[in-house]
Amino acid sequence: MDKLKIRNRLAKDKALLWTVCLLATLTAVPLFAILGEVFIRGYNQLSWSFFTEPTPTAYRVMKAIEAGTPIPGGIANGIIGTMLMLGMAVIFAIPIGILCGVFLAENAKNRYAQIVSYLTDLLQGTPSVIIGIVTYIWVVVPMKGYSAIAGSIALFIMMLPLIIRSTEETLKILPSSLKEAGLALGGNRARVMLKVQIPAAFGGIFTGVLLAISRVIGETAPLMFTALGCSFVRFSIDKPISAVPLLIWEFFNDPYLQELIWGASLFLLLFVLILNLTAKYLAKKWNQ
Amino acid sequence: MNDKLYKILLFVATLTMPIVCGGVMYALVTDAYDAFEHFGFFKFLTSSDWNYTDGSEQYGALPFITGTLMTTLLALIFCIPFSLPVALFVGEYFNGTKIAAILSTVTDLLAGIPSIIYGLWGFYTLRPLIMAFDISPQGSGILTASLVLAIMIVPYAASLSAEFIKMVPNDLKEGAYSLGATHAEVIRKIVFPVAGSGIFSSYILAIGRALGETMTVTMLIGNTNNIPDSITSTGNSMASIIANQFGEADDLRLSSLIAIGLALFLITAIINMIGKIMIKRARIA
Repeated sequence: MDKLKIRNRLAKDKALLWTVCLLATLTAVPLFAILGEVFIRGYNQLSWSFFTEPTPTAYRVMKAIEAGTPIPGGIANGIIGTMLMLGMAVIFAIPIGILCGVFLAENAKNRYAQIVSYLTDLLQGTPSVIIGIVTYIWVVVPMKGYSAIAGSIALFIMMLPLIIRSTEETLKILPSSLKEAGLALGGNRARVMLKVQIPAAFGGIFTGVLLAISRVIGETAPLMFTALGCSFVRFSIDKPISAVPLLIWEFFNDPYLQELIWGASLFLLLFVLILNLTAKYLAKKWNQ
Repeated sequence: MNDKLYKILLFVATLTMPIVCGGVMYALVTDAYDAFEHFGFFKFLTSSDWNYTDGSEQYGALPFITGTLMTTLLALIFCIPFSLPVALFVGEYFNGTKIAAILSTVTDLLAGIPSIIYGLWGFYTLRPLIMAFDISPQGSGILTASLVLAIMIVPYAASLSAEFIKMVPNDLKEGAYSLGATHAEVIRKIVFPVAGSGIFSSYILAIGRALGETMTVTMLIGNTNNIPDSITSTGNSMASIIANQFGEADDLRLSSLIAIGLALFLITAIINMIGKIMIKRARIA
């Protein structure tokens, strides 16, 4: 009887282990399914002209389909738009984010800092579509039109909490002796922060910035209400502009352009995954 | 730079946060005011009409609130049987080994895939499967959206749960082993009770993510403005109705969409706040 009971318990133990292993492995399936599908359907569209030409008109696509030639055009307008908006967002988000992170790390117990910290959480959890609505109300309505500026403000708001948190957390895990040594040598707080603490925390902060970029680069909903989209390459910041995820959304909704979905998706996916892996590698290297 | 200037600089930078968050609230409330005034606050939230024919305009948020709750709840149900094993795999069975590091990299990458690509995959791969198995004739709907949402929130729930499972003190587990407990019994009687509140809070945060997910749901839910009567029928979530109609809306319809946005903002803010407070408590305990 006892033997049977023990055997039963051991069997249950084994069963749990195998179930956990099986289900955990199954979780990896969607990643490879998505990667596989996007790669197989998209790789033959990637060519030089795909990156240098803007979106084709429906007319040109129809002609190409009739003639049986590959679909012309590419996503140059989206790549330029994404880089322009991301660049403007990053230029403001990095200094402001780092300064806020430094403030939170230095004044952890201060009442005002706790409020800022709570607001950072609030903003980080806010759905991106809401950020889109708010930027529309703030920027698009007063400027009387969609623009690259509006898009980059939306991206800026989404990046900010991510950079603040990573800066704060990295600074908090630095040994306090580092700061104390700097102060003991006669440096004031600003000098110690700039010359000792920030350089020591650089790896962590840089990783945070990379992750923030990879998080917002694929955002579509907020750009739909702010940057709108544009079918040719454009560098002006007060006019509607395109972005890679916006182009994917356009291709998805336009039966003539559906062929182009996969090339654009493959480009976006590879970019995001490489950023993620680089960030992870740097974080690991920096932690050693 | 002297200390005083440094402190002022930091303080001025942090003013961004109250300004942005206050601005978000202010913009949503003032622009949603029209809809609430016209239909009444509770009437707007409980009415199921969504009619934008000129002259007989009638807007209510109930179909979309229902759609959001259904997709989120279903996504949570589908997510648990996968995220919990991943958390146990990474945090308990293979804690610290190379294979655990590989699995957590895989889940991190899953979290990094843009939602529009999840939507494409759901539309071109999952939707035909749903049709092939005759689960629903049109393929898109609450069920399809929830399945993809579930995959998207697994990484969030799993990595946070694993963190709490790793924090379970070793002496507790070793005590149970020395009394003759099997690994499964240690997990059920020690790990789950000790890490339970932390694991629970990680699912609250996963819900917070699922509530506001926009593009995936918009591409898969079917976009009809009725209250979904079963899990295979089509509908719209709060985020997806905004994504679908915001660009073409004006006046009262625009205000109604912003009112839905305000409601969504408040719901996610509350859920996230509860989650964060619970996590803080679980970390201290």
